[in-house]
Amino acid sequence: MPFPLRRTLLACLLALPASAQPHQGGTLKLVAASAAGTIDPQVNYTEQYAQIFAISYDGLVTFAKTSGPASDDIVPDLATTIPTPRDGGKTYVFTLRKGIKFANGATVTPDDVAASMTRLFKVDNPNAGSWYADFVGAAACLATPATCTLAGGVIADDKAGTITFHLTHPNAEFLDQLAFPFAGILPADAPAKDVGTIPIPGTGAYQIVSYDPQKNLIVKRNPYFRQWSAIAQPAGHVDEIDYTFGVTDENEITAVENNQYDYEFDPPPADRLAEMSMRYAGQIHVEPLFAIYYAPMNVNIPPFNNKDARLAVNFALDRAAAVNIFGGRNLAVPNCQVLPPGFPGYQPYCPYTLNPGTKWSAPDLAKAKALMAASGQTGQRVTVIADDYGVDPALGTYLASVLNSIGFVATTHILSANIQFTYIQNTNNKVQISVTPWFDDYPAASDFLNVLLSCSSFHPGSDSSINIAGYCNKTYDAAVAAALQRAITDPAAANAAWAKIDRMATDAAPWATMFTPRNLDFVSRRLGNYTYSNQYHLLYDQVWVQ
Amino acid sequence: MAAAALLAAIVLACLLAPLYAADIAGTDPFASNLDGTITLAGQPVEIMQSAATGFGVTPIGPTWHAQYFLGADDQGRDVAARLLYGGRTSLLIAAGATLICLSGAALVGVIAGFAGGIVDTILARALDILWAFPVYLLAISLSAVLISHGLQLGPVSINADSLLIPIAIIGIVYIPYVARPIRGQVIGLAQSDFVLAARCLGIPRPRILLRDILPNIATTLIVFAPLMLALNMLTEAALSFLTIGVQPPAASWGTIILDGEGLLYTRPMVAIAPGIAIALTVVALNFLGDGIREAFDPRAKLRINK
Repeated sequence: MPFPLRRTLLACLLALPASAQPHQGGTLKLVAASAAGTIDPQVNYTEQYAQIFAISYDGLVTFAKTSGPASDDIVPDLATTIPTPRDGGKTYVFTLRKGIKFANGATVTPDDVAASMTRLFKVDNPNAGSWYADFVGAAACLATPATCTLAGGVIADDKAGTITFHLTHPNAEFLDQLAFPFAGILPADAPAKDVGTIPIPGTGAYQIVSYDPQKNLIVKRNPYFRQWSAIAQPAGHVDEIDYTFGVTDENEITAVENNQYDYEFDPPPADRLAEMSMRYAGQIHVEPLFAIYYAPMNVNIPPFNNKDARLAVNFALDRAAAVNIFGGRNLAVPNCQVLPPGFPGYQPYCPYTLNPGTKWSAPDLAKAKALMAASGQTGQRVTVIADDYGVDPALGTYLASVLNSIGFVATTHILSANIQFTYIQNTNNKVQISVTPWFDDYPAASDFLNVLLSCSSFHPGSDSSINIAGYCNKTYDAAVAAALQRAITDPAAANAAWAKIDRMATDAAPWATMFTPRNLDFVSRRLGNYTYSNQYHLLYDQVWVQ
Repeated sequence: MAAAALLAAIVLACLLAPLYAADIAGTDPFASNLDGTITLAGQPVEIMQSAATGFGVTPIGPTWHAQYFLGADDQGRDVAARLLYGGRTSLLIAAGATLICLSGAALVGVIAGFAGGIVDTILARALDILWAFPVYLLAISLSAVLISHGLQLGPVSINADSLLIPIAIIGIVYIPYVARPIRGQVIGLAQSDFVLAARCLGIPRPRILLRDILPNIATTLIVFAPLMLALNMLTEAALSFLTIGVQPPAASWGTIILDGEGLLYTRPMVAIAPGIAIALTVVALNFLGDGIREAFDPRAKLRINK
């Protein structure tokens, strides 16, 4: 290579920001306002720790650790391949990779896999009664978790190195549910109870070494890890991850600006966005989110047991105003329907706008007021329940203002984010309307349309009744069941069916969908190779720090 | 005197809130106004201003004109108008709570001190128990329960968003702070010569209570009034800041500070203005309290005369 060219290249390399140059080792410093509860991967249902579990634990299959649409793909992880379903979609036989070790040095066996599946029921996994209820033997496990064996449902063959799953009926989303961190494989002797702050050894590239919810969580390399699949569980760049808790969101931003931390988990405060985007544009990453912010209306009690009242709210809602509260047009898009844009089954549809069609343009207050007059609900007292996290109080206050503008007498009640989500689910609390977000668990329309609106998700009197609106319609449920069945053999046709179901749900108006947010990550200057997965968001094992 | 004048000015300004909002500012302090505009120097100006980068929307700052004099909050509402309405709410809650507190304290203190015996023991221990709770913890606990479901006591029904709830909670939690000195004073009065003389003359106990005891504790209650007003105002602000006092879209100085918390970096005036209002009012009340105490306390007069 001629010298001048070498000199030019060297100059170019030096001109690159330090974070652009690959680097192994170092400590990735994360910060959040608070810890997210237990570090038991089969109990914790938060995005905050799913990011940690993704690098510490493996399932038989997983979502590809990459960016873009490919991150929705399911790839084999501890299993050698993704098996072809047998018995009409009711049987799956996985072959376990050989020689993989847990962070305590023990080798992973099929018995560990079977034990991990029964542990889902023993620790009362949040979705044991829904996602994993299709396992043969799950009914007995749900009835008496302590003696759960999943007899006939999950069969380990140590000699052949296989694990066979038998389902009671075909489930098109079985692999998605198995790829979720809940189904991570743990040692067979892991305690059959929520471990709280005690780490359980996993097979990932990293392991949690200490956890104090009041202070921090420390993650280090798993000394027994040898990379078997870069797309399933890459080795990672940094040697250690220090996660600090108890810093306010305003201070988090300032600390990341000053390189004291590399990444802050919480949404940036709205008043810092302009400053961040102007002064630190290169450190901002905006990525898609499959999520919605919506206002579920209780269809079983006044005033929203009246459909005209629910339609009135939908027509009156200024979704552009809600987008502004969230942070502006670059951070959210108005949405009228249940499914978020770009999601499987999504076809744009907006009946609740000035010019109904495929896109929301403006609220139609005249129509909203006419519907209110027809509903006979004018003057009804309404309380909007919102939580105290991020922009949610402002959205709750705005919603109350909208309700007042069409004739309700509305106030907002702000509850701690620790209790609001369960409070609004429990019918005993007689919540009329609330504000809440919903993020996808995996890329399937049923994760919105079935989980949030089917009769099976409505459990009166329970804190775990995710059909918050209490919408239960037999015709709707039949359409959902047909789409789920169709998805097993013909996903494309199923997505067309989901689009129709989406319209059906939107027309019934058990909610007022506000907008689909985008994910904004703010990282330090020293962080490089930012990689965003649709499932796990920022992949901690992909980034490097200088 | 200056304190009383300042307090009177604050009260008057707050009482005139509707006049200001409707006739001067022309804004609705309780309705969100996220896509509205105002005219400044002949130019239309957006109340919520989008950043050029498309990230973030910032409310308009102080205009120092009639409309949005102190700027807007994160809902696009006029902070000055909300400040005045919020002042009405804060003063109303503080006054109502003070009334409940002083009445309750007088009742409990007089009964305990005058009746003595087992009645005194029970009431005094009850006050001790209430006193033992950290006052904010007690207020927060009561608020969290009552603001969720309101209050249903037989025929009495209070909505969850009613101001009666923070008024009652704040009034009740401070009863021991006034009742204990009142009880002590009544015990002293009950042993005084003029009460003993009245008893010897066969005057009925209720009459002694009305004619000899109550007039003598009235001074104490009057001295406590401005101090409790100030304390109740601070408590209301704290509870509302913690979202368990006044419920949106209603405003109090505490809720406005909460609204401003998320705008500290860009629009600090939203939090600063109610903070200053609270500080001025509380200082004025404390000075007024000192003045009243000196006016009614003969020992203070003696000290001044020396």
